[in-house]
Amino acid sequence: MINSSLKQLSQMLAKKEISSVELTQTFLSRINQFNPSINAFITLDEAKTLTQAKAADVRIAAGKAEALTGIPFAQKDIFCAKGWQTTCGSKMLANFIAPYDAHVISQFDAAGAVNLGKTNMDEFAMGSSNETSYFGGVKNPWDFERVPGGSSGGSAAAVAARLCAAATGTDTGGSIRQPASLCGFTGLKPTYGLVSRYGMIAFASSLDQAGPMAKSAEDCSMMLNVMAGFDERDSTSLNRPKEDYTRGLVSMQGDKPLKGLRIGLPKEYFAEGLDAGVAKVVQDAIAEYKKLGAEIIDISLPNSKLSIPVYYVLAPAEASSNLSRYDGVRYGHRAEKYTDLMDMYCKSRAEGFGAEVKRRILIGTYVLSAGYYDAYYLKAQQIRRLIADDFVQAFKKCDIIMGPTAPSTAFKAGEKADDPVAMYLQDVYTIATNLAGLPGMSIPAGFSNGLPVGLQLMGNYFDEARMLDIAHAYQQVTDWHVRMPELKIPEVAA
Amino acid sequence: MEWEVVIGLETHTQLKTNTKIFSGASIKYGAEPNTQADEVSIALPGVLPVLNKKAVECAIKFGLAINAEIPPRSVFARKNYFYPDLPKGYQISQYELPIVGKGKLTIQIGEQEKTINITRAHLEEDAGKSVHGAIEGMSGIDLNRAGTPLLEIVTEPDMRSAAEAVAYAKKLHELVQWIDICDGNMQEGSFRCDVNVSVRPKGSEKLGTRREIKNLNSFKFMTQAIEYETRWQIETLEDGGKIEQATVLFNPDTGETKAMRSKEEANDYRYFPDPDLLPLEITESYIANVKTGMPQLPEAMKTELEQRYGLSSYDSSTLTNSIAKAIYFKEVADELYELCNSSDYSAKDCAKIANSWISGEFSTALNSRDIPILKFGLSAKWLASLLIRILDGTISRSGAKAIWPGMLAVADAKREAHLKGQDIPEEKQEFSVDKLIEKAGLKQVSDSGAIEVIIDEVLAANAAMVAEYKSGKEKAFNGLVGQCMKASKGKANPAQVNEILKKKLAN
Repeated sequence: MINSSLKQLSQMLAKKEISSVELTQTFLSRINQFNPSINAFITLDEAKTLTQAKAADVRIAAGKAEALTGIPFAQKDIFCAKGWQTTCGSKMLANFIAPYDAHVISQFDAAGAVNLGKTNMDEFAMGSSNETSYFGGVKNPWDFERVPGGSSGGSAAAVAARLCAAATGTDTGGSIRQPASLCGFTGLKPTYGLVSRYGMIAFASSLDQAGPMAKSAEDCSMMLNVMAGFDERDSTSLNRPKEDYTRGLVSMQGDKPLKGLRIGLPKEYFAEGLDAGVAKVVQDAIAEYKKLGAEIIDISLPNSKLSIPVYYVLAPAEASSNLSRYDGVRYGHRAEKYTDLMDMYCKSRAEGFGAEVKRRILIGTYVLSAGYYDAYYLKAQQIRRLIADDFVQAFKKCDIIMGPTAPSTAFKAGEKADDPVAMYLQDVYTIATNLAGLPGMSIPAGFSNGLPVGLQLMGNYFDEARMLDIAHAYQQVTDWHVRMPELKIPEVAA
Repeated sequence: MEWEVVIGLETHTQLKTNTKIFSGASIKYGAEPNTQADEVSIALPGVLPVLNKKAVECAIKFGLAINAEIPPRSVFARKNYFYPDLPKGYQISQYELPIVGKGKLTIQIGEQEKTINITRAHLEEDAGKSVHGAIEGMSGIDLNRAGTPLLEIVTEPDMRSAAEAVAYAKKLHELVQWIDICDGNMQEGSFRCDVNVSVRPKGSEKLGTRREIKNLNSFKFMTQAIEYETRWQIETLEDGGKIEQATVLFNPDTGETKAMRSKEEANDYRYFPDPDLLPLEITESYIANVKTGMPQLPEAMKTELEQRYGLSSYDSSTLTNSIAKAIYFKEVADELYELCNSSDYSAKDCAKIANSWISGEFSTALNSRDIPILKFGLSAKWLASLLIRILDGTISRSGAKAIWPGMLAVADAKREAHLKGQDIPEEKQEFSVDKLIEKAGLKQVSDSGAIEVIIDEVLAANAAMVAEYKSGKEKAFNGLVGQCMKASKGKANPAQVNEILKKKLAN
């Protein structure tokens, strides 16, 4: 049951083969069993969770169930959820109980889904290994010595270890896709503006986007149906007609369902820096796509090499401003002893933020400073446009772009913790789509040395439905996405 | 050396919206602390700003009123600094691309007109308030005001005296109320000015170093502050000193300006476009739409008052201080002209007497009550029914003045009843002016026979004055008129007295 798809779970609930309470308890007991070692969750509240499950059962009994009613999901701790501790992985918000629901949370609530708990993450979503979390690192369920990726590391580990039916994540530079690659599941970062950011704690506002993290493309499509949609509380939310993201899945049958599809392979994504084992898996996946009828086209994204420097100017710039509200005045951490206002600010922020967050606040403050703005921030904005233009050109030649999601498989905890630049390179293939605002996906494509490898799909604006179809076609003929790790850990943690 | 002062203004006008510029919280003044602070005002994690359309409309109205350039696209920017009453750690404002571009406002200095160039006007949010002393040993933060919509209006350094600066500020104050985008309440901070002052040797082209006087919320203080600051700068320079750019505060108790600690202003605001808000697009059709909802602008109204009603430039500019006053004047003048129903009086005659009463007795009553015209409670029709009797000679102006307090009492009662939600008692209804004239015996004596009798008596009793007049002292004539009016207990028709007296004295 823990490896069932959302569609299967939905049918089981509808047929009353299982109740939401039973299903929820199954996951809760797995969480109790494995979470002490994996550390995927920051906050659990069984009472709240079971109340929702009971309500879902009532709703199912009343015949008012929707597709996700009664299914338990894990929510990244970046989403404010009313009455839940909402920490964003930071000591700064360790004491913060959200008094309101994020749009994503209220969408899941309205759908009758059950909230299993809030998942661990890099502090304020800044990191690619989950090691910057104030609440400790998260184990990669495939190898406990390794990281799950980040920043949505807790959600990633929870999905991979089957501690939840699926989870939510957010992706600013790869925070859904890179962990999906490292933990072997399907993750989607939608087009910027498709999912409302209301109530999602901001890291870099022009890049942040929430998305589903689940076993399969089919699961992601069902979740996106709930998450996407216009929200007037987010001025960057796009007002466009509601779509059914599952609508095309059924057509992905037969011999060559992708006949005529043009897949672009950017040469820059297969150059130096890519692990050979990862490259092999990706090439094999591409070969599989050929069998499905797709045509392979070589393309170039000439400015993609600038993605990382551009990102590490723009994201910290926005973050330095977004994180100014954590000043110890109204909520969050406040230093115990201080002499005056300035001292209170300095001590509260020095104590409340971890090293990586401070590093990015400093970088961001620097690049926005008088005398540096033009050389850094403005220049980076100009290059951002060039990077987006690369994709516009590319999509004239192909329908979808594919390549590796991350340059390597999961690395060992501590391996890159002291080398921020090496850590930043984890997102070398994912950042460009955030800068361009395009949708990106990672799907499990195989293993290298026993560790999962993800294939990245990059689509044109609002092409999510098509991307999900293309991923689904692959998942019809492969089983990487249903492989799950054997959790060799003590049944009861010490 | 002769010095010239150079002044530019930055005015913060609070816009007349119901809710905040980026959230649905109320902006009503005077609520209990933090009762109007929603999650956006408090800047909770994850909240986002949504622009208030009404605030945009107000800004566009202003742009139209000063005939400004309105660019098709403007951008909100974050101004970053830490302060306890600035909940996000940044203020959302506009920096490089404001909603309203270059425009003009014409002021009147005595008989002279002068055009002040407006550089720009931009939308921004107000901060909260730090409250000191309410809780012992602590500072309180009230975020009710945080997020209140402001339009900051910036001029070129075009003013050359405190009088010009105040004339501009007053004109702007009138305008924003006229177009109904600001309540103009200076005590509550709805209209506050920062004044940039510098001095330079007369004839010099180069601007001196400026100091900015912050947050002046009365015209009186503005005059005092600019005059003090100007004197201080001139004295400093004449003593061989140098002006350092600074932000200064005016202390109304001492009448002096004083620089704030330099540390408080050493800020690098790190402006950058707010990624939470899309650039604001203003279309031509939107502007046209706002334009149709605009009242006639003061300049156009002034021209109408001069051309159609024959008022002098001075009278028309006084009346167009406020839209309500100008409209009330037009109503009274029109009612009066209708009442005349005769070819004896022109529309201009009616306007003349309406203006004289509204600028005189009516304004005095209004000012002493400190209430807006719209709430005054004296209908234009009723006032016209009084003025018609002055016009047609039934009563003298002093006779009308005798009736006036009774009319004011009715208006006062009407307001009071309205406030309490009660009906107006019968004795306090708008009574018939004609009946009262009758009852009070105020009817003017226009019978020339009767007037001649009075004049003869006065002439006999005031031989000395008559002699003075005849020896060339014109003033004595007025004295004699006064004696006649006194003798008639104010009821003699003054025009007739003048006429008959002149004839008799000529003999």
